[in-house]
Amino acid sequence: MAEQFVCKTAEFKDGDRRIVRIGQHEIGVFNHKGEIYAYSNYCLHQGGPACEGLTISAVEEHLNPDKTSKGLFFSDTQMNFVCPWHGMEYDMSTGECVSDRKMKLRKYKVTKKGEDLYVSV
Amino acid sequence: MDLIADRGRRVTVEELNTTKLLAHAAEQAKQRKFEDMLIVDVDAHHYESEHMEQILPFMENDVLKQLAMSGRAKGGRGAIMPQSVGYQDMGGRVTRYPLRSSEKTPGKEHRDVQIGHRWMDAMSVDYSCLFPTGMLSIGLHPQKEMEAELCWAYNRWLTEKVMPESGGRFFSMLCLPFSDPDAAYRQVCEFGHRKGVGGFMVTTVRPKVGVYENAYMKTYRAIEERGLVLSFHSGPAWGESTFQSCNRFLSAHALGFSWYNILHCTNWVVNGMGERFPKLPVMWIEAGLAWIPFVMQKLDHEYLLRPSEAPLLKKKPSDYMRDMFYSTQPMEVVDEVALQDTFRQMNAETQLLYASDYPHWDFDLPSTIYDRPWLSEKAKHNILGGTAARLFKLPPRNEGQKKNLERFGNLHT
Repeated sequence: MAEQFVCKTAEFKDGDRRIVRIGQHEIGVFNHKGEIYAYSNYCLHQGGPACEGLTISAVEEHLNPDKTSKGLFFSDTQMNFVCPWHGMEYDMSTGECVSDRKMKLRKYKVTKKGEDLYVSV
Repeated sequence: MDLIADRGRRVTVEELNTTKLLAHAAEQAKQRKFEDMLIVDVDAHHYESEHMEQILPFMENDVLKQLAMSGRAKGGRGAIMPQSVGYQDMGGRVTRYPLRSSEKTPGKEHRDVQIGHRWMDAMSVDYSCLFPTGMLSIGLHPQKEMEAELCWAYNRWLTEKVMPESGGRFFSMLCLPFSDPDAAYRQVCEFGHRKGVGGFMVTTVRPKVGVYENAYMKTYRAIEERGLVLSFHSGPAWGESTFQSCNRFLSAHALGFSWYNILHCTNWVVNGMGERFPKLPVMWIEAGLAWIPFVMQKLDHEYLLRPSEAPLLKKKPSDYMRDMFYSTQPMEVVDEVALQDTFRQMNAETQLLYASDYPHWDFDLPSTIYDRPWLSEKAKHNILGGTAARLFKLPPRNEGQKKNLERFGNLHT
């Protein structure tokens, strides 16, 4: 198992990200509300740097009971990260592509060792 | 640099450096050994609207020039070009839009050349056909004389100030002021011989114009006589009546790009333009590919029953469509079986040309062609650059490319 130091946990605040490399693996590491996520940085669409773009809440359309639309809203619970090449959106909590959940970025294991954060392949 | 995300939340991203942004494209090119394959991008863009202070002085008519330049001045309201509502940047998700102004270009060449060479090098593109962005809506301008003036100024600026600094790697099919047939003809005569001019382009976002009108015949003839290409470049026009019921840009964009090429290609075929100008290479750009089998089937079906309405045709409409050329992007890679059949129906091996559309939001990399497992090696070479090399008389840039062009019969001598 190959392991790579990411950063000191104290230096990795909510909303921060790092891009690290382990051999051929390029990995995006996110801190979202205290949870650490690590995914492949290769977009499943055309190979763009999937983890290097905007993070933005998922967009939802809310319906009334009679099926009329209330309009568009940002989600209170789902955060997405977006590949900057074409705007492909991934669910931060799962790495699944929002428009096709069968497409899923490889997830990497993140380990805290004392004050340090590591990601491993 | 901060970008605005949901509810005004700020997200820090790096400043734009095209080479860095496209590092993964460079990895793909290296893995696939693209260096030995001549790659021609027949549809790439720059943002000419950011250089209007350089372009407008080339306008000829003093009164129109004063109107345009005054409108651009500080405090002026500025819109000299038709504006189309749209969200190309997806609310900042496609970060190169909001970050574009942050990109540094310290070299001596024109800024658009420096940036262009960065993405071309990353993708291993050897030559790019450069098109404008905002001017793709020029067909919606209410004044045909202003359309002619702006096209004239842009074409002079592009051929005199931009392309000469690209080391021969940019070429263009110049923007024709199609609303004014005489002006279009004049610009073919004036610019057709200039270095880097591979043909002329008509923006198809023109719902009321018929490409079959007699007034255009001398222009088509002039392009054909010069051995140049006539292309039709599509675009969206959300404000047009056809699309006003679309409540999402996704819908207007998907339909608009297809529709305007469907409209004009249908008129081109049914009016026997392929019989009138059999040696004129015609190319349909930026509508993707899914519309092509649709139009082929619809027109063949109708023509079977109504040949008296298309008496110039000597073969099926789809046969004329297979005589023409098409650019790849935005290629609908969602169903490999459907895509493969589309390639079969259009004779993609000889009629399809790679296009990136970079830097626009839905650009395609060369790997979108190279990685199709069902494409022959010859088809990959032809589509990615060989066919364009023949059409635009482009030489190889190294020995490996020369060998491959010779191998597939694409070396221009």
